Amino acid sequence: MQKYSIFSLARHTLTGHADWTEAWRSPEPKATYDVVIVGGGGHGLATAYYLAKEHGINNVAVLEKSWLGGGNTGRNTTIVRSNYLWDESAHLYEHALKLWEGLSRELNFNVMLSQRGVLNLAHNQHDLREISRRVHANRLNGVDSEVLSTDQVKAFCPLIDCSPGVRYPVLGASLQRRGGVARHDAVAWGYARAADALGVDIIENCAVTGIRRSGGAVEGVETTRGFIKAPKVALAVSAHTSHLAAMADLRLPIESHPLQAIVSEPVKPILHTVVMSNSVHAYVSQSDKGELVIGAGIDGTVSYAQRGGFPIIEDILKAIVHVFPMFSRLRMLRQWAGTVDICPDASPIVGLTPVGGLYVNGGWGTGGFKSTPGSGHVYAHTIARNEPHPLNAPFSLERFSTGALVDEHGAAAVSH
Amino acid sequence: MYLIPCPWCGERDQSEFRSGGEAHIARPLEPEHLNDGAWADYLFMRTNPMGLYRERWVHAHGCRRWFNMLRDTVSDRILAVYHMDEAPPEPGDES
Amino acid sequence: MSDQTHRLAAGGGVDRTRPLAFTFNGRAYGGFGGDTLASALLANGVHLVGRSFKYHRPRGILSAGPEETNALVQLGRGGATDPNHPATTVELWDGLEARSQNCWPGPRFDLGSLAESASPLITAGFYYKTFMWPARLWPLYERIIRHAGGLGRSPTEPDPDTYEHVNAHCDVLVAGGGPAGLAAARAAAGTGARVIVAEQDPAFGGALLNETEETTIAGAPPLEWVERTAGELAAAEEVRLLPRTTVFAYYDHNYLALVERLGDHLSPAEGTGRPRQRLWKVRAKQVVLATGAIERPLVFADNDRPGIMLAGAARAYLNRYGVKPGNRAVVFTGNDDAYRAALDMVAAGATVEAIVDLRPEVSGALPHRALDAGIPVLAGHAIVATHGRHRIQGVSVMALNDDATGVTGAARDLACDVVLMSGGWNPAVHLFSQSRGRLRFDDERAIFVPDTSAQAERSAGAANGTFSLAQCLAEGARAGLAAAQEAGLDGTAEPAPEVDETQESPARTVWVVPTRKTRGARMFVDFQGDVTVKDLRGAVREGYRSVEHVKRYTTAGMGLDQGKTGNVAALAVVAEAVGASIPEIGTTTFRPPYTPVTFGAIAGRDAGDLFDPVRKTPIHRWHADHGAEFEDVGQWQRPWYYPRKGESMHDAVQRECLAARRSVGILDYSTLGKIDIQGRDGAELLNRVYTNAWSKLAIGRARYGLMLGEDGMVMDDGVTSRLGETHYLMTTTTGNAATVLGWLEEWLQTEWPDLKVHLTSVSEQWATVSLCGPNSRRVVAALNPDIALDGEAFPHMSVREGRILGVATRIARVSFTGELGFEVSVPANHGLALWEACMEAGKDYDITPYGTEAMHVLRAEKGFIIVGQETDGSITPGDLGMDWIVSKRKADFIGKRSLARSGVAGGERKHLVGLLTDNANEVLVEGAQLVEDAQSCPPVSRPPVTMVGHVTSSYMSPNMGRSIALAMVKNGRDRIGARLFVAMEGKAIPVSVVRPVFFDPEGGRLDG
Repeated sequence: MQKYSIFSLARHTLTGHADWTEAWRSPEPKATYDVVIVGGGGHGLATAYYLAKEHGINNVAVLEKSWLGGGNTGRNTTIVRSNYLWDESAHLYEHALKLWEGLSRELNFNVMLSQRGVLNLAHNQHDLREISRRVHANRLNGVDSEVLSTDQVKAFCPLIDCSPGVRYPVLGASLQRRGGVARHDAVAWGYARAADALGVDIIENCAVTGIRRSGGAVEGVETTRGFIKAPKVALAVSAHTSHLAAMADLRLPIESHPLQAIVSEPVKPILHTVVMSNSVHAYVSQSDKGELVIGAGIDGTVSYAQRGGFPIIEDILKAIVHVFPMFSRLRMLRQWAGTVDICPDASPIVGLTPVGGLYVNGGWGTGGFKSTPGSGHVYAHTIARNEPHPLNAPFSLERFSTGALVDEHGAAAVSH
Repeated sequence: MYLIPCPWCGERDQSEFRSGGEAHIARPLEPEHLNDGAWADYLFMRTNPMGLYRERWVHAHGCRRWFNMLRDTVSDRILAVYHMDEAPPEPGDES
Repeated sequence: MSDQTHRLAAGGGVDRTRPLAFTFNGRAYGGFGGDTLASALLANGVHLVGRSFKYHRPRGILSAGPEETNALVQLGRGGATDPNHPATTVELWDGLEARSQNCWPGPRFDLGSLAESASPLITAGFYYKTFMWPARLWPLYERIIRHAGGLGRSPTEPDPDTYEHVNAHCDVLVAGGGPAGLAAARAAAGTGARVIVAEQDPAFGGALLNETEETTIAGAPPLEWVERTAGELAAAEEVRLLPRTTVFAYYDHNYLALVERLGDHLSPAEGTGRPRQRLWKVRAKQVVLATGAIERPLVFADNDRPGIMLAGAARAYLNRYGVKPGNRAVVFTGNDDAYRAALDMVAAGATVEAIVDLRPEVSGALPHRALDAGIPVLAGHAIVATHGRHRIQGVSVMALNDDATGVTGAARDLACDVVLMSGGWNPAVHLFSQSRGRLRFDDERAIFVPDTSAQAERSAGAANGTFSLAQCLAEGARAGLAAAQEAGLDGTAEPAPEVDETQESPARTVWVVPTRKTRGARMFVDFQGDVTVKDLRGAVREGYRSVEHVKRYTTAGMGLDQGKTGNVAALAVVAEAVGASIPEIGTTTFRPPYTPVTFGAIAGRDAGDLFDPVRKTPIHRWHADHGAEFEDVGQWQRPWYYPRKGESMHDAVQRECLAARRSVGILDYSTLGKIDIQGRDGAELLNRVYTNAWSKLAIGRARYGLMLGEDGMVMDDGVTSRLGETHYLMTTTTGNAATVLGWLEEWLQTEWPDLKVHLTSVSEQWATVSLCGPNSRRVVAALNPDIALDGEAFPHMSVREGRILGVATRIARVSFTGELGFEVSVPANHGLALWEACMEAGKDYDITPYGTEAMHVLRAEKGFIIVGQETDGSITPGDLGMDWIVSKRKADFIGKRSLARSGVAGGERKHLVGLLTDNANEVLVEGAQLVEDAQSCPPVSRPPVTMVGHVTSSYMSPNMGRSIALAMVKNGRDRIGARLFVAMEGKAIPVSVVRPVFFDPEGGRLDG
C-alpha cells in the first residue's frame, strides 16, 4: 500500500501525481474463499478489514453489485455519535465511536472525523425528562454527555432561535461533545484500501443471485460472475437484507423504507456543531465543503425506489427554518433518498442465523453510518468465531421470539 | 408523492393517507396455542419484497377507511386497490 | 456612475428609458430595465466577477442563464443577503448591491489566490491523504479546510420575507416557454385542456429571445410569433402562464414542484407586502418537457479566463440585452451554431479575429456567410493556450492532427478580448431523468436524449434533441396535442407555421482539445470546483473507476450548477480513461432540484408561530387572563400552573397541591381524548383491546383500562363508562387520542369487521372540568345539576347524564388524585361558562385552579402512572404492579400472547417502586439512574457501571411534607425496604425503596 502523507503528496507533485497506484485492486473473483461478504458498503468493507487484521482471515471476498459505498454509506447525513439510551446500544455505538477516533490513522486515510459535538434539543417537559434520563445513563456507560440549559444552548450554538416566544421554544438540550460528522465516502474508500492491502479481494459489479446450501449450511453464492464457494457467507447489504436472506429461505423482521436528505448551497462556515431535534424533526450539520446537510424523517412505506415524498421535505425545511430563522434564504441544492432497513425495535440484527455459515448484519435504520467501525469489528468477530462478540450478543435474531427487544424508538410521547 | 386511488373517494394525494404495512397477515385465532417463534412470525416477520407488494392503507384524512393496495416497491407504481375482504389480484391481471 | 461602454445604441429587449443604478463590489454602475446583473456588468465592460472555489482563479461570466458556474455573487446586506446567486439570472433593480465571493479583499487582488501556487499539492482528493498526523492538530487543519470551503456567506438574521404555497391540478403542464413549449401549450389549449406553462425566465420565448430577425416564423420575426402566441395563451380561460417560474422537481405520479419568483426582481420598496416566492405543487395528468438545451463549453488549456464565454451566451447579450461582450473576438467551435455568434458580433461592430473550428473541413451556409463577412476561418485548428489573467488578452492556435489527438505546426497568436466557444448543446434532460425516464446516448451527436418514459410525460424541442426551429415548433405542437388527448380531451392538429432558418452542417465533438506540452496549463471540466481533466484521469488511475466515485473523489458536478455545463464532458473524460464508451459507464442521476430553491419557499407560510397548529381548550382564555403559565403537550397548550403575584413555580405548585386535598381544586381536563362507542359489540371491542373484562360493566358505571400494543407493552390508559345498553364513552390520554382512535378503527376494519361497533371522536365536542377535593361535591351541587350527587346514589367510578346550567352534561365520579372527584363535561361552547360558574360556586371553599404540574404531583402522591413517563414502550402491566387489571379469564386480548414470551415472562423485569431520600428536602432529578453500590458511581468507579433503574417522576410533595419519587427498578418489588443510590455527577444519593403509594394508601379519601 502506498503510504499517504504530506510527504508522499509532496513527492508526487514532482511527477505531476501521475504515479499514484490504485487505492484497491480490481481482481477477478477466485473460485473459493474462506469468507464471502455480500455488500461493499462501509459495514461490509469494515468487516473484511477486521477479519484480515484481527482474525488473520484474509482469503476474503467482498462482493458489491454496483460501486463501493453506493448504498447508504454514500447517502447518509454523516452524523457520528454514541449517546444511545439503552446499555446494549450505548456499548455498541461507543465501541464504534472509539474506533472512529483512531480511524484515519488506522486506515492511513483521512475520514475527516470532526468531533464538533451533537446537540439534541428539548422543546417540552417530556423531552427534558428523556434527555435527563439518557444523559445520566450515558455517563454511567462511559459515554460523554451533558445537559445544557437554554442559555447554554444559546452560548454553544448562537444561531439556534432560543427565544421563548416561538411555537416550540428550546427548553434545553443534551450535548455529546465527542459526537460529530465524518466524510462518508472516505469511510468506504479507506476501509477498501486497507482491506485490499491485507489481501482481501474487493469485487465490484458482482451481484449475488443465489445462496447455495446443503444440509442446512451454506456452500457459497451464485453471482453474476459465476459461483463462488465459501463456507461462510456474511450479509452486509442494508436495505436488501430481506431480499438476500430470502435466497436462503430466511424471513427477517426487517422492512425497507426511504430516508431522505438534502443539502443546501455551500456557504462559509457558520454552523459549528450538529443540531438534532426529535420534537420538531430537524437534523442539520454543515459539511466541510460548506453545505448544510439536513436529514429528514423516515417515510412510512416500504419502497426501494430511493426517493421519498415531497411533504417530508416540506416538513424538514419548516423545522429547519423554525430552529434557524436565518437559514430561510438559503437554498436547497440537492435532494436524495436512501433505503434504510428497520427492525421493529429500531435496533440492528448482528449475528448468526438458523442457516449454518450464514451471518446477518442489518436493520440499522438510521444508525448505520455511525456504527460502521464498531459493526464491522464485532461482525468480523462473530464470523471468525461463529459466535457473537459480547457487544452484539443482545442484537441476535432470537430476540424477536423471546421478546427481549432493545427498543430504541425513544419513549412514546408523554400522555396525560 | 403518490396519487392513491381510494376505493371510496377516488384519487387523492398520498398525504391524506397512512400506510399500514404488509397486508394479509391475519391475527392468529388462538395465540395461546402458538409457540414463541410462531407468534414472533405473526408479530414481526415481513416479506419486505422488492417488487409486487400487497399492503394496507387507510384514508386517514378522508373517509378513514382501510383498504389494500398492490404496489411495485421498485417503481412505486400502484397496480391495484381492493377492499379488505377481497382476495389480492393475481400479478398480471391487475390492469 | 460609469458609462455603459459596451451597450449597443439600439436593439435588444432592454428598456433604455428605464435606467437603473446598482453597485458591484461597492462601485456604482448603470444598467437598464430588462437587464440581468450579468448583462449590466458586461455593458460596463466588467468581465471579472469572482474567484474559483479551490485555486481562487479569476473568473468571468460563462453563460447567460441558470447554468452559470462562474459568475456567482452575494446580493444585498444584512438579514436579507443572498449568497451564490448567478449574475446571469439576477434581474437588475434600482439600488441592487452585489459583491464578489470567495475572495479577499476583492476579485482583482485576492489573497486566496496564493492557493494556486500550492495547487500542485492540492490535487483532487488530497485531503484524504494528509492531515492525519499529529492527531491533535486535526481540529486546526479542519478549520482551515472549512474556511476554504463554502462560497458566499449565509444570512445571519431572520428572513424578512414571506413565502406561500399553491396546490394546482391541470391536464397538461408545460415546462419551458420557448418555441417548443409555446407550441405545445397552444396545441393543448386548443382542445380546451387546463394548461399550466412555466418559464424560468421573466419573458417567454426561450432561445428565440436571442435570435436575430434573419430567422422568421410565418414570415415574421420570431419574437412576433412569441408575442402573438403568448398573448393567445394569456387570453385563454383554462391556461395559466407562469413566467419567472422554474419547474424544479418531478416526483412520482406526475407530481411536480415549481417555484415562482414574485419579488426577487423588485426593489424592497416595490416588493413590500407581497410574498417573495410562491411554491406551486402541481398534479398534472400529462407533462410536456420543453426545457431546451444547455451549451457545452470546450475543454482546452486554460479555458477559464474571464472573457471566455459560451457562444450562445454572447448571442443573448448581443441580441437580447444589446450588449457587446467584447470588441475583438475569437470564436472556438466544432459546430455551425457558433458562427451565428461570430456574425452577430460583426453586426454589432466588433471584430472577429478568427473562427477556430475543430472540423477539418468546413462547408455549409453559416461558414459561407462568415467567410463572406470577411471572418477568417481556421478549419482543423484548436486553441492551445490562452493569455491574460483578469481578462483574456489573446490565444494561441495550432493545427489539429487528423484524429484530433494532437496538434502540429507552428502556433499562431491571436489577440482578443473575448473568446466565444461552443462544444455543442446538451438537451436539458434533468426533469426527464428526475421522472425516472431512461436516457439514451446518441453517439452521432454525442448527447444524451430521452428514451423510455416512466411517467405520463413527453419531451419536445431541444430538450428532446431536436434543434431545428421548424422541427421544435412541429414537435412541440404534436406533443401538446397528444398530451391533451391522453388527458381525455379532443382536438385536431393545426399545420405548423412556415419557418425560414439557416440549416446547419454536422458538428465535430472533441472532448478534450489537445494542446502543446505546457507546464501549469489547466483544462477545466468543472469550473466552479476547479476540476480538471488531469484530476479526473488521476482519480481513475487511483482506482475510482465508477462515475460516482470519480464525481465524489474530484467533486466534479457537485457545485451550485450541479454540473449543468460540465457533466457530459466529465463523463467523456472518465470513459476514455477507463477505456469504455460513454453509455457503458452510464450517466449520473439527476436529482431535484433543477436549480436551487429557497428553504423559505419550501417551508411556506408555516413558519414562526404557524409552524404547527396550536390547540386550545374552550377555557383557554380564562387561564391566560388569570396568569397561567402554559405547557406544550403535543399541539395542546395546557395550563401548567397559575402563579400568583410574586410566586415562583415551586410556590404555586405547592399551593395548588395543598388546596386540592384540603378543600377543592379545579383542572381543565378538556384535552382528554374521548371516543364515543356505539353498537351491539361495544363490550366485546373493549374486551379485546383492554387487558381487563368489560362484559359485566353496568350501565352508569365506569372502569379503568390499560391498553397494550400487540407486543404486550403498555400503550395507553383511561376510564371508559357505559352510558347505555350499547353505548360506551372511552377516554384516552391527551397525547394518544388520535392514535387510539386509529388503533381501534384499524382492528375493527381489518381484523374484526364482524363486530357491530361505531366509533366517533368527541374529544372536541365536550369541555371537561375536573373538580377534586373534599369540597368538590359541594361545588358541583351548587350548580344544581339534575343528578343526585351523594355517595350512595353516585358512587366512585360511575357516570351520570343530565343537565347543568341549562345544558346537557355528563358527570363522572372518577379520581386521578385519590380525592373525591367529579369530571363535569358540557358541550364545548359552554365550557367557559361552566368553569366560571364553578369558580363562582367554589369561592367560599377557596377553589383553586391547578395545572398539569400539580396534577402530576397529586397523582404521584397516589402512585398513579402517566403513560410515557413511567412507561416507555418497554413496560408491561406486570412491571407496573398492575397484574390486578390483567384478566386471567379472558382467552385473548391484544398483547396477551406477547406477555407470555420467554424473554418477557421469564426475564428480569423492571418494577414500579417508590423512592424516598434520606433528606426529606432533597428532590431527585427525573431521569437520574440508580445503582446498587455507592462505590460504583464515577469517579470512584470507571464506567460502564451497572444501572438497576431510573427515576421516572420526582416532586416535592406538600401533602407528604417531603420529596417523593417513582422509579422503574430491576426486580424493584423484591427490593422494598432496601437501599439504592442515585448516581449523580460526583455524588451518590442514598434512597430507600418503598411501595409506590405515598398518600392515603387505604384510599379513604375517595369519598370525601
